[in-house]
Amino acid sequence: MVDYFQTKSEDKLSFLSKIKDFFFRKDKASIGGGEKAIQKQAAMGKMTARERINALLDPNSFLEFDLFVEHACRDFGMDKKELPADGVITGTGLIAGSPVCIFAQDFTVAGGSLGLMHARKITKVMDHAIKMGIPLIGINDSGGARIQEGVNSLAGYGEIFYRNTLASGIIPQISVILGPCAGGAVYSPALTDFVFVVDKISKMFITGPEVIKTVLGEEISMEDLGGARIQSEITGNAHFFSRSEIECFEQIKRLLAFIPKNNQSKSDSVSVRKPKSRFEIEKIIPSDPSKPYNICDVIRSLVDDSDFLEVQENWAANIVVGFGRINGETVGIVGNQPMVLAGVLDVDSSDKAARFIRYCDAFEIPLLTLVDLPGYLPGVDQEHAGVIRHGAKVLYAYSEASVPKITVILRKAYGGGYIAMCSRHLGADFVFAWPTAEIAVMGPEGAANIIFKSEITSAADPDAMRKQKVQEYTEKFANPYVAAANGYIDAVINPADTRNTVMQTLKLSTNKKETRPYKKHGVPPF
Amino acid sequence: MEYHHFNMETENKSNSLVIDDTVYETQLTRKFRQRKHYTKPDPKMINAFIPGIVREIYVKRGQSVKEGDKLLLLEAMKMKNILTVLRSGIIKEIHITAGDMVYKGQLLIELE
Repeated sequence: MVDYFQTKSEDKLSFLSKIKDFFFRKDKASIGGGEKAIQKQAAMGKMTARERINALLDPNSFLEFDLFVEHACRDFGMDKKELPADGVITGTGLIAGSPVCIFAQDFTVAGGSLGLMHARKITKVMDHAIKMGIPLIGINDSGGARIQEGVNSLAGYGEIFYRNTLASGIIPQISVILGPCAGGAVYSPALTDFVFVVDKISKMFITGPEVIKTVLGEEISMEDLGGARIQSEITGNAHFFSRSEIECFEQIKRLLAFIPKNNQSKSDSVSVRKPKSRFEIEKIIPSDPSKPYNICDVIRSLVDDSDFLEVQENWAANIVVGFGRINGETVGIVGNQPMVLAGVLDVDSSDKAARFIRYCDAFEIPLLTLVDLPGYLPGVDQEHAGVIRHGAKVLYAYSEASVPKITVILRKAYGGGYIAMCSRHLGADFVFAWPTAEIAVMGPEGAANIIFKSEITSAADPDAMRKQKVQEYTEKFANPYVAAANGYIDAVINPADTRNTVMQTLKLSTNKKETRPYKKHGVPPF
Repeated sequence: MEYHHFNMETENKSNSLVIDDTVYETQLTRKFRQRKHYTKPDPKMINAFIPGIVREIYVKRGQSVKEGDKLLLLEAMKMKNILTVLRSGIIKEIHITAGDMVYKGQLLIELE
């Protein structure tokens, strides 16, 4: 190293002045939109882009890219305007010691609007994430396209969407909506794996309330149109809902702890802790098969430390998907939820399950499926909404998945629902059933009404006859032994042994390799 | 970790759902409760198929019209849509006037 302080005085002066100049430039670019804009951001209950990065990353781990990037617009007097860092902070750093790439749009700079250089900074950090094989986190807080930059702004979005698609299935992509995310901008989050929203802060829509009012005459608030709750409960666009930004960052860290860094690596295994004793299968399952229970309690009785991270918990709650660990290894869990809509498959729950299954398969996360469903939801609205097409996604996703697939049938597995929920027929590696399982073409009531229709209608006492026939059918078919006799399930197990059985099968499947004929890609029903 | 089943909080009442003649005790989601019930389309009721503004009305009350006759001009998304008669009849009622902004599905004209 050259000892600069030993050199001549004019060089020293020039060197020091350059360092001083550098700090001046750095401070100026780092301040974002300035005091006033920062105060405005705080008044909206929002953290600044830099505060968000600092809250999410390990202390002092952030390495910033492109702080001195300048915007490219020379029209409409924009050439005289300075936009520090062009409204987006990008870089790389650590979360819980593991590297991630991150960008955070800075709403204090021209409303976080996206221009050419803003987009270029984002695509650069995306390319970096793909090269490094590390998760990408995008914090969205932007008014949308920078209108002054015209078609260059559209080009910027397109370049981002293209990379989102290329990165899909290679690195985890996380979108955090911490402000408006409107118009074309919504499609980047939509292409990513997990979307986080915060109550009263996140707003997502293609066309905002203003346009809807002038064009269509419908009046609606931003919150009711595309707020955090709507995105979490009605549309299914969001995967995680929280009440504050800090809580949201904790959720992101929690998710990152469960998932692998890329499709070539395994998630960090942790020391094994037994499920908490308060989750006991015998106490969770009611004896009457038409009575509900919370499938999440069953999941918590199976996973390490009863620690289950549910994904999209407020949308299509009739199916539960999420991550847990069994014997220290991450497992993707899909379970019907008898507590909501009796756990039926419908348009939304099929969509939700299929997407999750494909995520797990892409990142080599074994799948555990817990089955208890009466079938598909009947209704004109369901048929007209395309339950055939959406339902087919589940069949496709399970059949396509080549990760270890373990299925446990708890109670009902009727009709098409039985096939869809990772049956042996769709390539499950292990299918277990509890003695309480009812694997049949349909429920006893419905089946008896069809099979014994003439006996029932011609009987002196049709109700008594129906009861008798339902009883007969129940005794004969509402059990796991007919399916077991056909070899469709591998074993009937004691519910209390479920965790041990799953643990054992996971160990037995570590070398699983399923090769299939080459194809470019399939054509799933989406 | 706190869990946010906010739809559960508001929809905590237990309900039932019938599938294949079996009654299941279960909660219903807000989306399920708010689902649209199917009604058979009535060719005598002319509804707005898209929200927009009624620019012109070509018929009067009591007028007899035949299949294919122009009823009104509905401007929506900068497109001018002409609504025509599906089945011949007499105009029983006109529920809008030119310049009205109408919502999707709103009843515009009734035929006898």
